[in-house]
Amino acid sequence: MNQNRYIRQTILKDFGTEGQKKLAEAKVLIIGAGGLGVPVLTYLNAMGVGKIGFIDGDIVSETNLHRQVLYGPGDVGQSKVVSGLEKLQKQNSDTELVGYATYLTTKNALEIIEGYDIVVDTSDNFPTRYLVNDSCVILNKPFVYGALHGYEGHLSVFNYNGGPTYRCLYPAMPSENEVPNCNEHGVLGIIPGIVGSLQALEAVKVLTGIGEVLTGRLLLFDGLNQSYQKIKFNCRPENLEIKRLQDFYEWNDPCEVIPRIDAAEIENLLADKAQIIDVRTSEEYEKYHLPNSIHIPLNELEAYSGKIDFSIPVYFVCQSGQRSETALKQLRERHADSSLFSILGGLNKYSTKCS
Amino acid sequence: MEVLLFGIAKDIVGRSPIMISGKEAQPTSVQELKEFLIKEFPDFAKLTSFAVAVNNEYASGDVSLTDKDEIAIIPPVSGG
Repeated sequence: MNQNRYIRQTILKDFGTEGQKKLAEAKVLIIGAGGLGVPVLTYLNAMGVGKIGFIDGDIVSETNLHRQVLYGPGDVGQSKVVSGLEKLQKQNSDTELVGYATYLTTKNALEIIEGYDIVVDTSDNFPTRYLVNDSCVILNKPFVYGALHGYEGHLSVFNYNGGPTYRCLYPAMPSENEVPNCNEHGVLGIIPGIVGSLQALEAVKVLTGIGEVLTGRLLLFDGLNQSYQKIKFNCRPENLEIKRLQDFYEWNDPCEVIPRIDAAEIENLLADKAQIIDVRTSEEYEKYHLPNSIHIPLNELEAYSGKIDFSIPVYFVCQSGQRSETALKQLRERHADSSLFSILGGLNKYSTKCS
Repeated sequence: MEVLLFGIAKDIVGRSPIMISGKEAQPTSVQELKEFLIKEFPDFAKLTSFAVAVNNEYASGDVSLTDKDEIAIIPPVSGG
């Protein structure tokens, strides 16, 4: 290792040659080589982190260049990992760089992450973020979270020394199209530069022990007024109990199995005084509903799910069986131990049978 | 009651912060605040989960609210 290269940071009080040694021995995995990933990669590489792995299956596009400053027009159409490797190797020959030109999936996540001390989540979508969280909890690795929305950035260090995880803040993954991504929403070039640099700083703190790691705090950065706000949150111990990955994290799983019961069973459910949740609109409910059914319109399910007793089976019903499936999908992750069912064919099928 | 909005919440409402005033409208708990937001801005109902912070601390539904509390609505963001 070229000691002179790092002298400006090794003369720093508290960091010193000890801190540099810790960086040189560290193995960091960066998930995503885009807006957030580029500053993390560039700084950790420049600062002499011993082994840096990075994973991204994407290619460089022209619309990336205003924020992903590692790449230039000549890289458009090339793999981000291939272009990135070439530039990062030139930037610092001390470090070991490992590129994975693929996406993180349930098949490769545990195997790849296992080989690193710490993960930096610089991905750009919810399924990957939940996959990173669950993998890191299973493997007991801390991970530095960063995410963007417009002029805003969010940052925290999760799963650090028994501290809270991503699921302690957001227990269940948002549904598709609920929250737009950078491609749809737009992003000002410098914002990922700032938030990614803050992520790199947290990674260095975790690795070297300097300062106070941002655990149990969510930092909210607003670039329009230069405000930094820290929100304190606690660990929910059940979120540290993840033992295996979900079968899928994608929004649409073709093989998805929804627990359904046939509308013909409604008679029996009524006789048993089963808990039936009607997720149709108020107008539909007022026109007709099953006796003793509980009315929670689908679009109010999040706010009123407290009305449901999850310790006994829950039967969702709607007019045709579509909305009841959506309701089930919305709640099943958070109530994995509960018995949730969607009534197939809904009230349409039930009324056909009755008439 | 002043409510700061982040991420998609700010987009739904179109500005941040917002003031909730008038005695009848005043939510007295985090759960009531969530219900109030859904009523006033129906797009909130589309959000699977959004965190609420009271005085810079994450708050569950049963936490009570007063006029002086500093409230923030923090939906998850995914951009990278």
